[in-house]
Order: sequence, then structure tokens, then C-alpha cells
Amino acid sequence: MNWESLEAFIAMGGYGLYVWGSYAVTFALVALEVVLLVLRGRGIVAQLARIGAPRRRS
Amino acid sequence: MPRFIDVETLRPAPGRINWFKYSSPQTFFPLAGAAVPWFAAAAAVLCAVGLYIGFFVAPTDQQQGEAYRIIFIHVPAAWMSMFIYLVMAFWAGVGLVLNTRLSGMMASALAPTGALFTFIALWTGALWGKPTWGTWWVWDARLTSELILLFLYFGFMALTAAIDDPRRADRAAALFALVGVVNIPIIYFSVQWWNTLHQGASVSLTRAPTMAATMLAGMIVMALAFWMYSIAAAFARARCIILERERNSDWVAQYIEASK
Repeated sequence: MNWESLEAFIAMGGYGLYVWGSYAVTFALVALEVVLLVLRGRGIVAQLARIGAPRRRS
Repeated sequence: MPRFIDVETLRPAPGRINWFKYSSPQTFFPLAGAAVPWFAAAAAVLCAVGLYIGFFVAPTDQQQGEAYRIIFIHVPAAWMSMFIYLVMAFWAGVGLVLNTRLSGMMASALAPTGALFTFIALWTGALWGKPTWGTWWVWDARLTSELILLFLYFGFMALTAAIDDPRRADRAAALFALVGVVNIPIIYFSVQWWNTLHQGASVSLTRAPTMAATMLAGMIVMALAFWMYSIAAAFARARCIILERERNSDWVAQYIEASK
């Protein structure tokens, strides 16, 4: 266990800004992509449900 | 989830393998749907393990102190940015050669995730460079070629979106992607060819890694986590693309009906 206390963990040896700045943005962007994917999935299903049966092609 | 595979259309002549069975969007759709949760779960577990190793097992670096812990996302993201581009270009090429609709869809499904990891590699690299190099950005061979990779991803997505007919868009974007593949070895070997600011490869296929075991373990596990995530994200996006492009087909109508 490298860290004596939570404060030491957050301070990250004085590099807290850089380390947590990297991790925060990375996981925020990944979470954003997941949310966008879920919304896109639900959106297309809802849209097709609204449109109803496909147009009969010849 | 009920399966919507119309087996009649897929049965090959007796004794012959139907190589194209899983290249039909209709057959791939339920498979991808079943796979996404597993890859997502694998990504989550591997990420938790990787972060634990990275922060609680790996020691402090005697030269960089704690700043080096950015490596646990910087390197996996950089690897994935290059790997995803190669996979995207592969499917683009297959789509051009075999004229299979699903290949182009898969290439389009991969592009956003590849662009995301390229941006993450650039962002985490800048935040790592500021304390250790003293600058956010420098026109270094590795950094510049990675930035070009980001523009290649944006170009691929823009070109696909610019052409109305999906099949023509796939062909145009496939050609674009294949031309851009030359940038990947340039990125990988940039540190040796130009030997500018960015350090050389600590982990390479040819010789033993010059890294502490626990640091290496944390990085490898995180790389596997990012890989599992990429597959889950690409399959999920591919399913959306399939529904969008096959909206007029009967099996989509059945699927929508069943999911009401």
C-alpha cells in the first residue's frame, strides 16, 4: 500500500493536477461515449417503432 | 432476446461452407448484441484490476515520482489508437474487395472509438509532458504523427457523413482509410527514426521490456481493458448503424415489433 493517507493519494506526490486531470478526462470521455451510444440505440429503436411497418417495396 | 435469423436464406448448397453467413447484418446483429455485455464486463473488471495494480501495487518511480502513473492510461490509449485504425482500415479494405455491407458498417463503428483513444493519448501525454518535459506540446515526431492520426479519424468520419448513399460513403471512406494506414508505422517508429523528444519504446515485440514488473503488469492489464471496451463500443455502435441502414427490411420490423 503506497499511500499513508487519502490526502497523500489525492496529492499524488505533488502531481495530483496532472495525474487526476488525465484520469478524470479519460473516464469522463469514455462515460460520455457510453451514454451517447445508449441514447443512439434507444433513439433509433423508438424512431422505427414510431414509423411503424416498413414501406412495401415492389 | 428472440433470434431473427431467417435460416432458409442462409443455408448453403449441401457440403459447401457458407463463408458469408456471418457477414449478413441480420445474422451479425443478435451475435453482437449477445457479445456486448460480456466485453463490457471484461473491460470493467480488467480496468478495476489494472487501476489497483497501477496505484496500489506499482511503486513510486525514482525519477518521475508519482507523475509516471499516467502511463496506465496514456500507453494503452496510444496502442488502441493505432490498433483500432488498423482494424478499421482492415474492414474498410474487406468492404472494398468483397463489397459486403457489414464491413463498411464495422469500419464506421470503429472510427469514433479510435478517435476517442487518440485524443486521450494526446491529452494524457500533454498532462504528463508538462511536469516532466516542462511543456504541454512540442512538434515532436511522435506527437505530430499522433495528431495527424486524430485528423485522419475525423476525416474518415467527415467523409462518411458527407456522402448520402451509405454504400458510396463506405467506399470513399475506405479508400481514405487505406491511404492513411501509412501513418501507423510512422507513429510507431517515429521515436527511432527521428529520435526527437518522446522516449523510445520500453515495451517492444523484439526485446524484453525495460520496465519494472508491476508497472508493466498494470499497463498491460489496462491495455486489455481498453481493448475489451473498444470491442464492446464498436459492436454496440455497429448495431445502431445496422438498424439505421436496414430500417426498411422485414427483420428490423420484426425486431422493433418484438422490442415494443
